Order: sequence, then C-alpha cells, then structure tokens
Amino acid sequence: MTLELVCPAGTPAALRAAIDAGAHAVYCGFNDETNARNFPGLNFSRAEMADAIGYAHRHDAKVLVAINTFPRAGDFALWTRAVDDAAGMQADAVILADLGLLDHAARAHPSLRLHVSVQAAAANADAIGFYARSFGVRRVVLPRVLTVQEIAAINRDIAIETEVFIFGGLCVMAEGRCSLSSYACGNSPNMNGACSPASQVEYREEDGDLVSRLGGFAIHRVKAGAPAPYPTLCKGSFEAGAYRGHVFEDPVSLDAASLIPQLAAAGVTALKIEGRQRSRAYTQAVVRNFRRALDAHAAGRPIAAGELRALTEGQQTTAGAYSKTWR
Amino acid sequence: MTQARFELTVGPVLFNWPAARLADFYARIADEAPVDRVVIGESVCSKREPFHADVTEAAIGRLERAGKKVVLASLTLVTLERERRAARAMVAPPGDEAGSREVDIDDLTLLGFVPPGGRFSIGPMVNVYGEATLGFLARHGARRICLPPELPFASVAILGRAAAEQGVGLELFAYGRMPLAISGRCYHARVHGLSKDSCQFVCEQDPDGLPVRTSDGTDFLAVNGVQTLSYKFANLVGDLDRLAGVGVTSLRLSPHTGDFIAVTHAFAAAAAGALSAQEALRRVREAQPQAEFTDGFLFGGYGAAPLSVA
Amino acid sequence: MTNRVSEHPSIPRFPRSGAAALGFAPLLPLNLAAGRLATSLARRHPALFERLGEQAGKNFVIDPTDMPFVFRLAPQPQAPRLRAERRGSAGAWDARIAGPLAALIGLVHGAYDGDALFFSRDLVIEGDTAAVLALRNAIDNEELDLVEEGLALFGPFAALAALPASRLATLVGGLAGVALTRRSGGSFA
Repeated sequence: MTLELVCPAGTPAALRAAIDAGAHAVYCGFNDETNARNFPGLNFSRAEMADAIGYAHRHDAKVLVAINTFPRAGDFALWTRAVDDAAGMQADAVILADLGLLDHAARAHPSLRLHVSVQAAAANADAIGFYARSFGVRRVVLPRVLTVQEIAAINRDIAIETEVFIFGGLCVMAEGRCSLSSYACGNSPNMNGACSPASQVEYREEDGDLVSRLGGFAIHRVKAGAPAPYPTLCKGSFEAGAYRGHVFEDPVSLDAASLIPQLAAAGVTALKIEGRQRSRAYTQAVVRNFRRALDAHAAGRPIAAGELRALTEGQQTTAGAYSKTWR
Repeated sequence: MTQARFELTVGPVLFNWPAARLADFYARIADEAPVDRVVIGESVCSKREPFHADVTEAAIGRLERAGKKVVLASLTLVTLERERRAARAMVAPPGDEAGSREVDIDDLTLLGFVPPGGRFSIGPMVNVYGEATLGFLARHGARRICLPPELPFASVAILGRAAAEQGVGLELFAYGRMPLAISGRCYHARVHGLSKDSCQFVCEQDPDGLPVRTSDGTDFLAVNGVQTLSYKFANLVGDLDRLAGVGVTSLRLSPHTGDFIAVTHAFAAAAAGALSAQEALRRVREAQPQAEFTDGFLFGGYGAAPLSVA
Repeated sequence: MTNRVSEHPSIPRFPRSGAAALGFAPLLPLNLAAGRLATSLARRHPALFERLGEQAGKNFVIDPTDMPFVFRLAPQPQAPRLRAERRGSAGAWDARIAGPLAALIGLVHGAYDGDALFFSRDLVIEGDTAAVLALRNAIDNEELDLVEEGLALFGPFAALAALPASRLATLVGGLAGVALTRRSGGSFA
C-alpha cells in the first residue's frame, strides 16, 4: 500500500504547488485563530478555501482543513463556523484538537471525516481509542514523542489510521501541551495559533552578537556571521546549573526520510510534512522529493540518501523521538 | 466566623523528593494544614514511582484519618505499556470496591477508562479552554476542573458561569511553579549529559526544579525531569476577591520546599476573607522568601508578568 | 543523531561596476517606473493587498544591498506607493528587508524560500517582523513575474513589447546573475 503524502499549504499558491508536485493531500487553515499557524499574511479566506478544495478535487488530491486551536471561552461559534464551513465546502476531513469542537463536529456532521490533530497529543492506544469511540474519528496525527517501535505497537492496538510527521519543524514538547510561548509573551499555540509569534520576536545586535528576544527574554545569541538564531523558544540557548546551551532542543528540524520503510512497516497510513509558514518554493521542492521517495519505496526501490538534505538549508536535522536516544 | 469562599486543594508533589521528605510533608499536611483535599501520587515521571509508593500508601491513610479528602494523582503524559496498565488500574480498580478514590485526570488517556457514573477531577495539563469542553467533561463525570494556568481572567470568568451551570467545581492553579509543558525527553538527564534510561535520578538534586536562565542571566523557567515549569511561582492570594466574584470554587496549592504549611494558612485565611490581600501576600512572601511571584497569565497579559497586586 | 547539512548555495551579487555606474544615474525615471508599477500591481493583484490585512499600513524599506539605492514601499490597498531613494536618506520605516538584489527578486519569483534566506543570513530583517512576514507571504501567494508586471505598464502595447522585454531580461539577468523573470527563474535548492 502506498503511503499517503500530506503536505502543508499556507497560501492558495502553495496548495497548487504542492498538488502539482505530487501531494496526495494538503492541509491548510482559515485565516484566523482557528488554526495553529495563524501567521500574518498566511492562510485561506472562505472563498480561497472553496477554490482550493475544487482545485484539489479536480487533481485527485484531498484537502484536510486544520481547525486545531482550542476555542476561546465565549467565542465557540468562531470555531464551529469553521467546521461547518469546511464541511459545506466538501473538505475531505477536518483536523481537530479540542474535545468540545470534536463533539460538535461529530454531532453536526456525522459524515464529515474527523482527524485528531497532533495538538491533542494522543500519545497511546487508549487515548486514541477514546477519541475513536467518543467521536468516530478516522485518523490520529501522532505526537512527536514516540519511537518507531511505540508507533508500531499503537497501530497493532487501534482500529483507525495514523499519520506521523516526517519532515520540517519539530516540537520538543508534547504538542498542544505547552505554554512556554504565552509565559514569555502572552501568545500561545493553543489559544492564538502561534508559538513565538513574529510580532513578539525581536532581533538585536548586542556586543557583536545577534540576539533574538521573545517578549524581552533573550532566547538565542549567535556570533556575527553565524546562521541566524532561531526565534522559537524551546530551541533557544539557556543556562541551567552548570550547563550552558540548548537545554530543551538544538535548533534542529526533523528529517525522518530514512525511516520511511520502518514507518511503513509500523503500519502508518500517512506521512506529514510540516511547514505551512514556508514559501511555495520550499513546499514544491520538499513535496516533489518526498513523492519521489514514496514512489521508490512503493516500487521496492531504495530511497536515495541525502536527496532532501539541501532542503534543510544549512540547519541541523534529527530523526527526533523516532530514535530512542533522543529522549 | 466567616465562611470560606474557596476550598483548598494541595496538588501533587511535582518534584522528586526523597521518601523521608515526602513522609514528613504529608504528616504535616495531615496534622497542620487547613486544606480540604490532597492530590497525592506521581504525576510527572513513572520512573520515580517505585521509590515513594510505600510512603504514599501510608500518607493516604493518615490524611484520610485527619479528615482530608484524598484524590489520586495520575501521570501527565502516558506512553509506556506499564504506564497504560497503571492508569487503567487507577480508574477502575480490580473488584471495583465501593468507595474507590477519586482520580485527578491529567491526561485524556484515563478518560476512556472511567466507568459510567465514575467520578474524577481534571488536572491543569488537560486542555480546558472553553465552555464546550468543560460541558463535555462535566457530562462524563468530572466533579472539579483545574484550569490550565495560561488562561486569562476573561476566560476564567466565562468558564466560571459554565461550571456553575454544569454543577462542577472550578479550580485554579493558585500557588507554586506552574506546569507549562511536558515532553518525552528528560531535560534533567540532558543537562547532566545522561540518557533518560540511565538518568541516575538526578532530578532529586532540585527539590523545587532546576532554574533555567537566559543567556543574559534572567531567571526564566525551571525544569523538572520531563516537565517544564515557570521560574516564577503563581500566587493568586492577592486576587481572591476578583476570583470569588466569577465562580472559582477552589484553589490548588502546589507543594514546594520552604514553609508550605504557612502558605496554606495564609490562603485559608484569605479564602475566609479574614485577611487583606496585602497581608496575605506578606505572609506568603515570608513563607517563601526566595520566590518571585506572578499572576501574569490571569491579569498581566503574559505568564511572567509582575504581580498585579502590590 | 544530528547531521550537519549543506549550506545554502551562494546568491549571486550584482556586478560592482554596474552598481557604481547606476550610482550616478538620476532616480527620477526609476521613481516614475516604481510608482506606476505599484499602481498597476494594486489593480492587477488586489489579493496581495488584502492578504496584508492590518500590516498594509506599515512602511517598508527594501534594500538591495548590492545596488546604490533602496526602495520604500507603503502598500495601502487604495493608494500603494513605491519609490526609490538613496541609501541612508532620512525617513522612518517600520520594517527593513535587506539582501542582494538577486535574493530579493528570487523571493518575489518564488525561486527562494524566505526562511532559508533568513537563517543563512543572505536576508537581513529589522524592525516589525510580523509586517515582513505578512509581505513575504502575500507576495509568495501572488506568483508574480516582474517582467510581466513591467510589461503590463505598456497597456495595449504589452504584446508588442513582450518579446524584446523577455530577451532583454534574459540578457541582463544572465549578466547580473539575477532571475528577472519567473519562467527563467532560478531553481530552489
């Protein structure tokens, strides 16, 4: 069985680029705080989403609409409207994290396919079983805290599909269970759909170093000429006791391309590429390369090593939690 | 005699305290702390559990004899097979004898095990941001919900009304370093150059967590094994009038070293309206002189904001 | 397990001799063209300005570091303004985006990824990061081709001018190492 390639799109142009480059499915969100990549200039108006779904369906691709922040108290309607609109536009699935919103979607749209977002951090078969029984969800996006062996064990125990991240940005915390960003600056992925948002990040030259600050806290400091410091809090450089450096995670991104055969053997249905905030050029290049890798795998050919290296653009890569030593 | 406006809950000890310290702590809570409820057990790292299982068992008996309601803590992130088995056993004990204790669910894994009519409370690491989720949990048997620390006051106020309508208690994380994140990776092991599997339990060296400073020396966070906490301590003792007005029914006090018993007394007196906010704050400061306090998530726009009350 | 991976391929710089010669050229013709380009963009690509949302009120300085001048952009949907200025001329801005001309044009044409250019420090961003992000994302969605946009200024005569213009773009682009049109644009990675 061919693995499904699920690709990011922050704009309609990126969606078309991803589909033209071979994406089986594209995930994207409305241009408000209902989705976890609520960045300026990004995402889809209602009209753009309807057009995008039409484009995808004409090209035999699916659109999965991410509505994966946690509805703010008193504003539930903003989120239910997003689900209702996605259903009305014939979206192939909605990706949800909030219990109340899953409950609404399951009741109001019994035929709409529901995916559990990574933001729900359903990290074991029992939690996944709970979502499946309670809301009839069909797929879960697994949090990035599991090894390949654990993923295989989960797939033996559950009756629904799993989707795992294969490439791109990497959360070091269980997703959807992290308030570091709002502790520093007030905006959080869960509430506002943005971790370490650009509006709160400041880059400043200090004593020959380039320093990135989030809400005033110095997150990262590099020498002039080194690659720019990462703005994301958990990949910052700190001091803890006698330790100086990346307390939580190095400024790395995930590249698990070499694990495609193992993930397939572990029973995974779909592979997800992170990066709705990246340009269409990036989307197109990553998607094209991964589609080639998946086709090679499906045909029993080896996956060419290092083909995707150039895409990480000078950053370090890691296989993340998929290998146990990461912990 | 004034009527207490809030119940007080002692949260689970988040840190890796040696058995003797734990035993002493719960003995004093049982005998001296004016609190209604004690959540007890390991919620952060299942590797620590065997070392204090006996102490916990004994403490439960002592607390109950002292008239405290005991609630069992559960793990915040359940991944391993043995963690799943333990979680299942907690919610539906074999034989399911009447009077089995209430569980504080801090990971939705346990929700699926709750038998019909089962009672449970919800811990601060379960995502309850809006009234629909609160209602869903109430319908499934939640008796009390401790909200995530990052919620602003406006959300708490709306959830307070919803909780009253649904007949569930609404609790806030009112004292102590706030749990901000949970991970599969152990940061204590990482900063000591160890792997998680051979961690040598180095987290025991930091009974209030290991402070994390920025590169320019600003205190920022604290790590506690796989958990990340705020550097500043939540302290809502000066905000109780505002909180009582919006339907908050209980306050969770998270154990720390220092004079924690004095902290519980200050909160109890303030909860009864017998202390001014200033005096309550003064007493908590005196009990924990090293701590920096915040109520920033509620009133300051961000979690590390300075205390909104003087 | 971490691997060090290859650096971003180097971005071509505009030849110094050409830049020096341009340094003496008057800005007026460039300004007229820039102004007309902004007006034409607003007409042909209204979605670009809508996508900017509240960031449309910001003032951007776009600084091609290998050229002797900078551009100032105020992308209000009703009356967008784009003008060339000498570098260092006074005037406040909310955000400044600086990099070799080839990188800036490559961004517009979707040949380069903004994040990648930023981390490799081929692109330097100052000031309001949210505004820069919005502009980057809005432009990325429009699939702009600067030669096409230039031709559009000729109105009904665009077809006549198209062939010589694309030849000129290829010639100049070849000399300067800059992808002046999207179709002959550089490839990412």
